[in-house]
Amino acid sequence: MRAQMMMSTREPDQVAGRPAIEIAHLRKTYGTLAAVDDVSFSVADGEIFGILGPNGAGKTTTVECAIGLRSPDAGTIRLMGLDPHADRDEVHQIVGVQLQAGALPPKLRVGEILRMYRSFYRDPADVGELTEALGLAAKRNDYYRSLSGGQRQRLSVALALIGQPKIAVLDEMTTGLDPQARRDAWELIENIRDRGVTIVLVTHFMEEAERLCDRVALIDNGHLVALDTPASLAARARGGKTVRFLPSAPFDDGLLTELPEVTRVEHQGQHVIVTGTGELVNAVLLSLAAAGVTARDVELDSSNLDDAFVKLTGKHSTKEGQMS
Amino acid sequence: MSALSLPLPRPTRRAAFGQVVLNEARVTWRRPQGLIGGLALPALLLAIFSLIPAFRTPDADLGGLSRLSVYVPILIVLGLALIAFYSLPVPLVSYRELGILRRLSTTPVPPSWLLAAQGIVNLCLAATMTLVIVVAGTVLGASAPKSAAGFALAVLLSIAGLFPIGLVIAAVAKTTTSAGVVGRVVFFPLMFLAGLWWPRELMTGALHTLSGISPLGAAVEAIQDSVQGQFPPAMPLLVLVAYAVVFGFLAQRWFRWE
Repeated sequence: MRAQMMMSTREPDQVAGRPAIEIAHLRKTYGTLAAVDDVSFSVADGEIFGILGPNGAGKTTTVECAIGLRSPDAGTIRLMGLDPHADRDEVHQIVGVQLQAGALPPKLRVGEILRMYRSFYRDPADVGELTEALGLAAKRNDYYRSLSGGQRQRLSVALALIGQPKIAVLDEMTTGLDPQARRDAWELIENIRDRGVTIVLVTHFMEEAERLCDRVALIDNGHLVALDTPASLAARARGGKTVRFLPSAPFDDGLLTELPEVTRVEHQGQHVIVTGTGELVNAVLLSLAAAGVTARDVELDSSNLDDAFVKLTGKHSTKEGQMS
Repeated sequence: MSALSLPLPRPTRRAAFGQVVLNEARVTWRRPQGLIGGLALPALLLAIFSLIPAFRTPDADLGGLSRLSVYVPILIVLGLALIAFYSLPVPLVSYRELGILRRLSTTPVPPSWLLAAQGIVNLCLAATMTLVIVVAGTVLGASAPKSAAGFALAVLLSIAGLFPIGLVIAAVAKTTTSAGVVGRVVFFPLMFLAGLWWPRELMTGALHTLSGISPLGAAVEAIQDSVQGQFPPAMPLLVLVAYAVVFGFLAQRWFRWE
């Protein structure tokens, strides 16, 4: 009865398109060190939102404040319109969290752990369905200590989802997984989103963010340094794409610079390097062909999120994510 | 928003707490260090002592009691000490070390429920052990407690005095290994003062005084007096209450959830 009443009070928020998460001017200091300083962003309902940054940048602190594990020194946080401290009981019902490096009692069985966590929630998921979806159905009677790293990670995700949350926060969920397990985890995250769950993904793997996230927040030294789609961030990093080719005959640079897609034309020995955006290759090749010039040896170099990361933070990202 | 402050209806909360206690009981059963120290060891020592003929004859030095009768309270306190100093704190420290308390604080259930569940499971273990030792001891020829109420009170206050010491161990130990080490360092000297190797009746002077104000010594004294037919005197009971208050306060001050 009470549950239904609460559901109906939340309804108008969603109809009005209120963001799932709103963080404004978040600040958290440890001693004299500001771990997070004036970070603001909001996450739309149903979005996969990435929080990226080098180790120690303040990603985890941001997330821990957002879910109410830590009290911020300043700023406001709203999850589906709720305050993580004042409304902590309700927030815990609607937010599922998978924390970095969280183990479980070695001598409990998967099913026992899941049934216990299930009992904490008002409207929990079905253990059978969840273990099926996560590929843990065959492991329900196994002790936690007998699970592989990937299975433990999936159980951890299962515990984050067992309460049928509206927001799932996944912190470094693919760290330590082999490439196949990582790809499975990515597919899983997309499936969760398809069920209408808003996902916050903390990661330092560029490839993961590029593949999954609708938008990413790049945090460095406790500051939000960029907030955009992975593609726009990548484009911003190097002013877009670059085409390098060997023309069959000399031509006037104006032929290319007049194209809206082109921002710059450079020469490197016999080669020409064109920088631009959009359908750059098509535009360049078509207008060369129109002038009777063919391009050989064409190389397209599009900058990616990794470049954006290096450019914006001045640090190298972890390459481990690119094994696969 | 105030209408949102009670997200789980009461029966559901009770069921959830039941699940937590059930899983703690499973963990205790499957990693049986607590069961071995807190139940099997005192029972085994009782069985061995009962086989020694000299332990069964009344001894003038021990106030006319048999050694076996004197050892029943000591074995009960041995079991209580192992439960309080190992079985209770070690899982709690490992839960903190493994991040289980932290994970729980992201759910609707507070991590204090795990502490409460461990308390309940270990309380049941302590009650079972006490019952087993008293009944088996009586069957094997030791004197049964003459003051049942005094015995129950003495055992309850012993638990109340010893469990908070275990919680302080859980509060100060950073790792499971160090909790085990602290538990041992606390256990052996205190168990000596309780008379495991040298009955308190034979201790004299300062040693006897020290034994009387030590937690396990006070526990043995209170339980022994109730076995000998008197309601335990105020002194050992007050000592146990003092330990309960002081260590309860310290545990509450020092315990960290992460």
